[in-house]
Amino acid sequence: MDISMKEKSGKQKDTLIKVLKYIKPYGLLMALTIIMAIVSVALTLYLPILTGDAVDLLAFIGQASFWSDLFALLKKMAAVIALTALAQWIMSICNNKIVYSIIQDIRKKAFRKLEILPLKYMDAHSHGDIVSRVVADVDQFADGLLIGFTQLFTGVITIIGTLGFMLSVNVGITIVVVVITPVSLLVAAFIAKKTFNMFKLQSETRGEQTTLINEMIGNQKVVQAFNREDETLEEFDEINGRLEKCSLRAIFFSSLTNPCTRFVNSLVYTGVGLTGALAVIRGGLSIGQLTCFLSYANQYTKPFNEISGVITELQNALACAARIFELIEEEPQVPDKEDAVALDHVQGKVDLDHVAFSYVPERKLIEDLDLHVKPGQRIAIVGPTGCGKTTIINLLMRFYDVDQGAICVEDTDIRHITRKSLRSSYGMVLQDTWLKRGTIRDNITVGKPEASEEEIIAAAKKSHAHSFIRRLPEGYDTVISEDGGSLSQGQKQLLCITRVMLSLPPMLILDEATSSIDTRTEIKIQKAFASMMEGRTSFIVAHRLSTIQNADVILVMKDGHIIEQGNHEELLEKKGFYAELYQSQFALG
Amino acid sequence: MKSLLVYLKDYKKESVLGPLFKLLEASFELIVPLVVASMIDVGIAESDRNYVIRMCLIMAALGVTGLISSVTAQFFAAKAAVGFATKLRHALFAHIQSLSFSSMDEQGTSTLITRMTSDINQIQSGVNMVLRLFLRSPFIVFGAMIMAFTVDVKAALIFVVIIPLLSVVVFGIILISIPLFSKVQNSLDQVLGITRENLTGVRVIRAFGKEMDETDKFDRQTDALKKIQVMAAKISALMNPVTYVIINGGLIVLIYTGAVRVESGALTQGQVVALVNYMSQILVELVKLANLIITITKAVACGNRVAGVFEIPAGMENGKGSLTQGEGRGTVFFEHVSMRYHEGGEEALTEITFKADQGETIGIIGGTGSGKTTLVHLIPRFYDAEKGSVKIDGVDVKEYDLTALRDKVGIVMQKAVLFKGSIRENLLWGNEDATDEELWQALKIAQAEEFVLQKEGGLDAPVEQEGRNLSGGQKQRLSIARALVKKPEILILDDSASALDYATDAKLRKALREVPFETTVFIVSQRASSLMHADQIIVLDDGCVAAIGSHEQLLEDCEIYQEIYYSQFERSERKKG
Repeated sequence: MDISMKEKSGKQKDTLIKVLKYIKPYGLLMALTIIMAIVSVALTLYLPILTGDAVDLLAFIGQASFWSDLFALLKKMAAVIALTALAQWIMSICNNKIVYSIIQDIRKKAFRKLEILPLKYMDAHSHGDIVSRVVADVDQFADGLLIGFTQLFTGVITIIGTLGFMLSVNVGITIVVVVITPVSLLVAAFIAKKTFNMFKLQSETRGEQTTLINEMIGNQKVVQAFNREDETLEEFDEINGRLEKCSLRAIFFSSLTNPCTRFVNSLVYTGVGLTGALAVIRGGLSIGQLTCFLSYANQYTKPFNEISGVITELQNALACAARIFELIEEEPQVPDKEDAVALDHVQGKVDLDHVAFSYVPERKLIEDLDLHVKPGQRIAIVGPTGCGKTTIINLLMRFYDVDQGAICVEDTDIRHITRKSLRSSYGMVLQDTWLKRGTIRDNITVGKPEASEEEIIAAAKKSHAHSFIRRLPEGYDTVISEDGGSLSQGQKQLLCITRVMLSLPPMLILDEATSSIDTRTEIKIQKAFASMMEGRTSFIVAHRLSTIQNADVILVMKDGHIIEQGNHEELLEKKGFYAELYQSQFALG
Repeated sequence: MKSLLVYLKDYKKESVLGPLFKLLEASFELIVPLVVASMIDVGIAESDRNYVIRMCLIMAALGVTGLISSVTAQFFAAKAAVGFATKLRHALFAHIQSLSFSSMDEQGTSTLITRMTSDINQIQSGVNMVLRLFLRSPFIVFGAMIMAFTVDVKAALIFVVIIPLLSVVVFGIILISIPLFSKVQNSLDQVLGITRENLTGVRVIRAFGKEMDETDKFDRQTDALKKIQVMAAKISALMNPVTYVIINGGLIVLIYTGAVRVESGALTQGQVVALVNYMSQILVELVKLANLIITITKAVACGNRVAGVFEIPAGMENGKGSLTQGEGRGTVFFEHVSMRYHEGGEEALTEITFKADQGETIGIIGGTGSGKTTLVHLIPRFYDAEKGSVKIDGVDVKEYDLTALRDKVGIVMQKAVLFKGSIRENLLWGNEDATDEELWQALKIAQAEEFVLQKEGGLDAPVEQEGRNLSGGQKQRLSIARALVKKPEILILDDSASALDYATDAKLRKALREVPFETTVFIVSQRASSLMHADQIIVLDDGCVAAIGSHEQLLEDCEIYQEIYYSQFERSERKKG
């Protein structure tokens, strides 16, 4: 228990140090904030003294100099008030600026990390979780930081300042205050410790609920099709009910901090009142000084309440920060070698030499794969699901690095080629279509933003997307929502193909690129591809065998191995696995 | 936001008692300065130690009662706030579930998810704060004013000037901030959107080498977010200094007036102290309030976003006649059906008319975007036809009770989706009461028996979220089995064998023809081989029926069908010939 506590606090310390690093660039603003905090606190504390003086002055009301003295005092007060307000204002402007700048820095850094993380990370982590780190956690952290800045600072300074002022007025009463106040801190610490587990349970339950919401709302259509609304709602309510219970407990118990510490404060106040009043009777204190003391007693104890709240808030913020840093510190993909070359004038010679690869070491996938592609050849890859077809594409595009062996393009190991030039040599269309929010035009010009209107339309005509785009409400300027909205799966694929048609890369990768497109259109697109690919190397993954019959080489894969290799006729004559696959599509069973 | 308050209805007692106890505590706090004043004016003035001690005991007693009422208040407030949020979440979830397919297409899931989770959390803390403190602050402010009146009417007039001034400032700042915070939240939506997009589209983005452009785009979004945040913050930053100046300005005037009144003998020194105390109580309260304003403003902004979801009308009005049964079992009749997705957009389907008899198999084939999926989605009434009518068993689908209607139809969608749980739990979606035997039977027809048997645990093998641990083909077969477990009157397979290889597809089709219950089957497919044995094949072209007939008839006289067929069978035909 102790060890884990220590570990936890060690980790918190690490996180805190990292946070401080992010604050560093804003050192000047930070210094200004601190100065302003000190000024505003000092002035805030000075005001009760002036008020006390004014009250004391009332005893001398008959004297000649009374009114001029009072006016002098009131003028001084006015100046103090104006300065305090100014200092407060500058302080909060600075704080906000620092906090929002820091979180922007963190978000930018996190996003840049996303762009260079290996695909392994994206494939292995839930996207919802990554998004919530970049968005929700950073937000929570900002809230915590802001509260920390505004309240922790002023709180600590107020405590120190008040103590100083009180000591300067009367030592005895100050001691009373100092002795009683820590009680409120103890109470707060006790409650915080007790409620920590309740909060943890609450956030776990919340996570459970979010997962359910994500799954059910994301797949709403299936839920409705099966009339499962009621059952789903029941499941939701079960978690919702548990969440209600544990939230109530967490919120209620944590909210006890405030009344309890306030109670301690009222005891402090009473204590000051009692000792103060008795001191006045004894003649050691003026009534004005008592007034001033009472208001100090209020001011002195308040920061303690606030600090106890702030500490919970900060702990929460640090926990969120730790999650973000985890993402930021994730190992990035191996950067391009310094002497990496940029490919140009790609002819399309691709060699795979004894390539071995697996996603997890325990499950070998590809072992000793050898393939030599001459410029302009068409390579088709077929085989049952899960045989490693898509993996080869991951390796060709260098989304993953091979474990053993090497992949060479134009006789250069792709690890010695810049990723950008390697990837831009391929035009890739995947089965999983991906469209971004924006206009149809934006989606088509991803690979070639400077394309002219004529080029865009020409590409869309080649991919046979032009006719359906033209019929959309705003044509090429129609805005599509996340994931393509109400476009059909086939239409989405057509758009992805148009994207590649426009950018005209020297090599082509088609992974089930036309699986949702009807065969008539498909044949026309194939023709367009064929003319475009004249003399260019292409890799085609498909299970619709009609699309690959013209390939120069067909690789038949099973369990990560190439079990057959040859062209369509050769493979049919072999009467092996391919022939079986081929016949099955005409089975009139 | 106001419309959401109905969910507080069940917590009337708590929402009244919470603030009430809080006010009780506040009133005790208000008495304290009076006690102090009499301590000074009576105790100290007459050097009566016992009196001083008595007054201190009263103060301590006030503290204890304050503690008790405040704890009670916290409890009621927490209960009401949490209960409110629970009810709201329930209602929102239920409402989202009732949204039509078109509204879901329009909204996009990600914003619905944020509203369901983080927005409601914000509202919950807002409500909790309001119940605990928002009433307390005005009460203390006005209470302090009234107490000041009991001390001295003339001096108290200062309060009458200051308090409205403060309210103007506080509410003015709130009013200006709310729209800004809405903007912040929307801007955050954008940041979330681009992050999501970059995760789902990572392969495409990297393939096109667009990392830098995406980073620039992200930077622009966060810059915009920061700008609005800083602007909103600038306005709320005014709150503290402005209130501070107003109140302490009042204090100066108060001391001056106090001096005048003491000179004329209308006030004592102790009473001036009490007045000063009331003034500083107001200040303390407002400082607290300023910190809360942000929470509350955020809550209102979030509340408006949630209310926005409630404003989307629930998808389908339930059938007027709420019929559950027509005549026959599984006849489908489309009569001059037209439909469009967007108002003013192109028609997705035009004048579709056909009739499917009980037990028939209907094939639907056509080009990309020709309306195949749209057509079958009209049968379980995912969308409503714009013109014409869709009749099942002789009754317009709009006359049916929606649940009863969808119970008749088993649909397998293009994208196979499974849910977290076990294979069994997923299959039981079709029919809660199905026996294991029935499940295995469905699996067998769907060609999934073999791989389920191989899985550790068989039917109890775990399925991860969205079926992530299964291959595309396995997911498709399980979702077919799920529809079969339902033993539906009408079975719709929407291109749902696309991830299966030909051999498995052929076996599946064979098994489907031999299902042990009578069902009308609709098969949407790109492959002519999947449809050629259907009783009727509907050939769609651009949302219109190009031809209806059997394979042989169509091969004879439908040009489009011929083209499709020969595009797939060209070579083998030639070889045969």
